[in-house]
Amino acid sequence: MYRLRLPPWLVLLTPAFVVLLMVIAIPLVLSFYSSFTAFQLTRPETITRWNGSFNYKKALSDVYFWSAFGRTLLLVTVALNLEMLLGLGLALMVAKVTRGQRLLRTMMMFPMMFSPILVGFQFKFIFNDNVGLLNNALQSLGLTDIAIPWLVDGHLAFIAIVTAEVWTSTSVFAILILAGLFAIPQDPVEAARVDGCTPWQTFRYVTLPFLMPFIYIAMAIRSLDVARAYDIVQVMTAGGPARRTELLWTLIGRTGYVDARMGYANAMGYIAILLSIVFTVYFFRKLTTARTSLGMGD
Amino acid sequence: MADVVLRDVVKSYGALPVVHAINLDIAHGEFVVLVGPSGCGKSTTLRMIAGLEDISGGTVKIGDRVVNDLPPRDRNISMVFQNYALYPHMTVRENLGFSLHIAKRPKDEIVKAVAQAAEILSLTPLLDRKPGQLSGGQRQRVAMGRAIVRHPDVFLFDEPLSNLDAKLRTQMRVEIKRLHQKVGTTIIYVTHDQIEAMTLADRIVIMRDGHIVQIGTPLEVFERPVNAFVATFIGSPPMNLLPATVTDGALRLSDGTAIPLPPGLTARDGQAVQFGVRADNIMPEGHAMPPTSHMAFVDMPVTLTEPLGTETLLFGTLAGTEVQAKMLNPRPVRTGEVLRFGIALDKCHLFDAETGASLRV
Ligand SMILES: Nc1ncnc2c1ncn2[C@@H]1O[C@H](COP(=O)(O)OP(=O)(O)O)[C@@H](O)[C@H]1O
Ligand SMILES: [Mg+2]
Repeated sequence: MYRLRLPPWLVLLTPAFVVLLMVIAIPLVLSFYSSFTAFQLTRPETITRWNGSFNYKKALSDVYFWSAFGRTLLLVTVALNLEMLLGLGLALMVAKVTRGQRLLRTMMMFPMMFSPILVGFQFKFIFNDNVGLLNNALQSLGLTDIAIPWLVDGHLAFIAIVTAEVWTSTSVFAILILAGLFAIPQDPVEAARVDGCTPWQTFRYVTLPFLMPFIYIAMAIRSLDVARAYDIVQVMTAGGPARRTELLWTLIGRTGYVDARMGYANAMGYIAILLSIVFTVYFFRKLTTARTSLGMGD
Repeated sequence: MADVVLRDVVKSYGALPVVHAINLDIAHGEFVVLVGPSGCGKSTTLRMIAGLEDISGGTVKIGDRVVNDLPPRDRNISMVFQNYALYPHMTVRENLGFSLHIAKRPKDEIVKAVAQAAEILSLTPLLDRKPGQLSGGQRQRVAMGRAIVRHPDVFLFDEPLSNLDAKLRTQMRVEIKRLHQKVGTTIIYVTHDQIEAMTLADRIVIMRDGHIVQIGTPLEVFERPVNAFVATFIGSPPMNLLPATVTDGALRLSDGTAIPLPPGLTARDGQAVQFGVRADNIMPEGHAMPPTSHMAFVDMPVTLTEPLGTETLLFGTLAGTEVQAKMLNPRPVRTGEVLRFGIALDKCHLFDAETGASLRV
């Protein structure tokens, strides 16, 4: 009887191929394909209703999409810069500590140990206009006697979301920058001191250039994180009220799963992913430049 | 330019003292080398002068100012570090001009000073490179250039040549000496290499375990070492030390060989001593030993030879101790051959066996 004899490498690799196919390739192809259809989750047969680039055109001409896009961009910019500054300050302070530094480093990681969903609930409670901690504190201190609508006013809600986001993830910057601080060779720092630098100048001209690669790594990680922000915002405001805090992925999530317009949601998702890719490329370029200027790698 | 004075300077890390109340007066324009085995506190001393290390006790004066509590930037010193410590993200030009830039000096002055330093150190073609694109020797020169652009009161060098290969080290040694002759600034130079110390220094400061053991010109420390440690540390090959006992006004080695007591040395009868003789002062008969009035002769089998061209180093065994001798105008010597060696006694040393202190009066 004839038996098909496959070469051993193919036999050995087949399980890996199968898994990759199932978890990556098929969903990717399927979702990409569906972004060109009028696919509705509630009516599976619609996946065959090809409507060309309609979804993409629709997204690109949709005011809500663009305002979510812009708000996401703003959130990334504001959150990353704040986190960078706070993380840098935190890392510099922790690096100075000689006793109990281990403990401090561990404590610094605490915010990252909580589920973002729970963080969202916690901040939702803190910023609640009636029973929230913040308004109660402000009122008890006599700073205000009105109930500030933290999660209702668009600008205030944005601030609340940024606060929650920064609270959870500043430690990403702090940890990476701290690692950078430990990796800095002491010689150039001492040379700078002898060359006449004040502590600020030493930091500005020697320490900071050494930290830049670490900062860019943190930026790359966090830009992806924030560009796909969903959980905290979904819990705190669900993109509302009246879309005032709508981000790309709260919009996409609602379009896909609440409105069941999965084809359209997928199209928006692919545009959103482009944004993430742009961020990644940008920060990795910056990282490479910073490393090259330090003479690390080429 | 300024003199540097250390008074009872102490450095402790916690309860552990690593520099013990050292005193040192360095004259304006002098080239002083701190030398000693690694871990003896040379760098620590230098870094206290630089202000990179707190001073635990005593005072450091540069010029007429006590600088104990001044940060490095207020001491007007330059330092060259062992690992060059260049700023990797700056070009050679920026590295050289950095201190002037920080001092907010006018642009054209910076350009001129950088050009001048680059000229002195032959760095002109490299000005636009980054340190990563330079060889070890070139980096070393940039580090020196960075130190000289500022015209500081004092130059501090911490083992600046120890990362270079032997040939480059010799070259740079000459360059540093030339630099000192040209700029005339006070230099404090740290090394563990006694040859560097001998060749560069106006005065050598020999340190051991956080103490200064001896201060003197290169010839003084070579010819009149205060103890057995200095005697073996300075000079190459190291001085031979033979255990002996003083008996009836003569030295008796452990195998009974008797050697007359060298002149100018005092030792009690029965005192246990170490007899010190450099290879230059123990030579086979008939091989250009300079004639002196006090000679002693021993027979010694040769166990190993190291021909160096103009001379051959002979390794022999005398009273169970390995001895290195020199043969000028060398002839081939067979291993095992027994030669008669003449010892120039007036160039020899005697150290107390217990304390190591020199018994020279
Ligand atoms: N930060 C430190 N903490 C504790 N001991 C130190 C420290 N730095 C140096 N030492 C000790 O001080 C002694 C002198 O060191 P150093 O001055 O660097 O010696 P060297 O003569 O080789 O330059 C050494 O025994 C070293 O172990
Ligand atoms: Mg040292």
